Amino acid sequence: MTIGPRTWILLLALVACASTPAFAQRGGKAAKGPDNDTCLACHGDPTAKNDAGRVIGFDGDKFKASVHGTLGLACVDCHVDLKNTTDFPHEAKLKPVNCATCHEAAVASYSSSIHAAARRQNHGSVAATCVDCHSTHEIRSSKDPESRTYPLNLPQTCARCHGDPNIIAQGHIRIGNVAELYKDSIHGRAVSKSGLLVAANCTSCHGSHDIRQRTDPASKVFRANIPATCGGCHEGIKTMYDSGAHGSALAAGSTKAPVCADCHTAHQIQRADVTSWRLDVIRECGTCHADKIKTYRDTFHGQVTSLGFVRVATCSDCHGAHAVFPKSDPRSSVSNGHLLETCRTCHPTATAGFAEYDPHADKTNLARNPVLYYAAIFMKWLLIGVFGFFGLHTALWLPRSYAARRAARQQETPKR
Amino acid sequence: MSAATAPVYVRRFDAFDRVLHALLMVSFLGLAATGLPLVFSDEAWARRIASLLGSFEVAGWLHRVSASLLIIVFLLHLGRIGKRLIVKKDWGVLWGPRSMVPQPRDAADLWKHVRWFVGRGPRPEFERYTYWEKFDYWAVFWGMGIIGFSGLLLWFPVFFARFVPGWLFNVALLVHGEEALLAVGFIFTLHFFNGHLRPEKFPMDPVIFTGRVTVDELHHERPGEYARNVAEGSLQSIATDPPPDWLTRLGVVVGGIAVAIGLIIVGLILYAVLRR
Repeated sequence: MTIGPRTWILLLALVACASTPAFAQRGGKAAKGPDNDTCLACHGDPTAKNDAGRVIGFDGDKFKASVHGTLGLACVDCHVDLKNTTDFPHEAKLKPVNCATCHEAAVASYSSSIHAAARRQNHGSVAATCVDCHSTHEIRSSKDPESRTYPLNLPQTCARCHGDPNIIAQGHIRIGNVAELYKDSIHGRAVSKSGLLVAANCTSCHGSHDIRQRTDPASKVFRANIPATCGGCHEGIKTMYDSGAHGSALAAGSTKAPVCADCHTAHQIQRADVTSWRLDVIRECGTCHADKIKTYRDTFHGQVTSLGFVRVATCSDCHGAHAVFPKSDPRSSVSNGHLLETCRTCHPTATAGFAEYDPHADKTNLARNPVLYYAAIFMKWLLIGVFGFFGLHTALWLPRSYAARRAARQQETPKR
Repeated sequence: MSAATAPVYVRRFDAFDRVLHALLMVSFLGLAATGLPLVFSDEAWARRIASLLGSFEVAGWLHRVSASLLIIVFLLHLGRIGKRLIVKKDWGVLWGPRSMVPQPRDAADLWKHVRWFVGRGPRPEFERYTYWEKFDYWAVFWGMGIIGFSGLLLWFPVFFARFVPGWLFNVALLVHGEEALLAVGFIFTLHFFNGHLRPEKFPMDPVIFTGRVTVDELHHERPGEYARNVAEGSLQSIATDPPPDWLTRLGVVVGGIAVAIGLIIVGLILYAVLRR
């Protein structure tokens, strides 16, 4: 949608009105409802309780400091059913506040979210509504460091539910305690330890109001949308990924092409130089490239990494990580034109002959590795021959040797 | 021969050969323990050993130190053979009962031995070196060539790649591992059985540590050698004093440890191979 000049003027006027306390108060005065001080007389004390013993108070100062308080909104702007009430105390049960009165777009967006869907499907659902993330009387702007939705506080806000075992069980949340997973990830640490506002928090990937299930094609974390989502911050990586074989396959509609989260995981993303991750990602490559990981494991590089050490080449050291190309592509780091320089990143004095070594040699492939093929057959029969011959030799010898030992003992016994 | 002058013990291996064998044992066990984890890198026990060693750099360093030791042992042995041949003109190294060179007698002994196994003849009159001992010896020789050369290729790949084609490193890696399996499997089962674990010797034949056998044992185990020495009148010349107790005990302890380590490794290999 394009916004025309008339719409702009209208929008500006609305913002100007909304910014003045008069706008809000006008609504209140027109209905002649109770003013905020009247409400706070009873509700301004956080320990206040009603006859039934339920806490009805909140910190009035916090409301005044809240985004709604500073805008000068009246209590009855939200609690609209008290607008015309003059007789206090009012009845105990009030209607739920409708945030859509003002925040129409946000609520519309929320209504398409998994949270809203869960509530529609199950009336006992505890799925988040506006107040679970934004609080009630203390709502602050997401730019305010005190706000629950401030980037550095947001993971804790989501963790109120997604880190609570009871709610996780109740809501059948498949991923489980995702707050715990995120906490130790590179993003989680960047937020909690380094205080980086730019580090990805929950909403960076999932959106805020319209959080959708990852099976939903409109979701930011739907498989095919993940590169774009991650690319929101990691633009350079996304450019490389898009140019490479994996990105091209995804763009061509492949459902098997790996996306960011396949290698990096979704919530436990680690630094790329951490040993455990470097080792895990080899296995990840192997889930699709099964034949290649098999031959890799037959070589020194693959054996050493299998033992848990990463001083040697892993997949990405030779093939690249994001801009992976087939060997036939001249851009590939393992193409004929680039192979030697790739070998030289670890073996600086490598020669052309050195690069003829086959890092994925297959001893069962006569066409690709003929000498290796015959060497393997020779070694196999040498082992079978030696162990077969001497195995039989030993099997025949054993009972004779045992008999000889007994005979020798029996000869010795009378002497003693 | 009167009882007073009859030698009770005769010498079988001199100190030089015993020391070489001890060094061979140490280096072989070192090579096996640091190399096999790579061959079985997908096994949990291999990872356990690797992490015990600290890092693959440490394992690789120990492997190369052991390999260097083994090469030195090999060269010392070759030097000794060369000296006997060139300096002493001892042609008995090349042929005859004191030679490790396979001879028609060995084939005959094997045939007779097998006949004895199945109860169809007497035990062959073995000479100083039996056919299975010669096989052990030449297996190590062959192994030194194959494992040694492929190992050097893999140790200095960039250097050798100037002279040899790259695919040779693929072959070198394969034969290095397979030949190692052969060597380790052979030594830790067949050599141990033939030398130590068979009922007549069980649990340990300390001769390679003490270097001495009794005349009775020589008579029984190597009747050919005994008869030859008696005929040549040379039994006195190889007579020696009994092995000191500490040496026998040391031999049993060291040999026992080596056999135990070897059998554990064989167990781990069998476990890995049978699970595949």
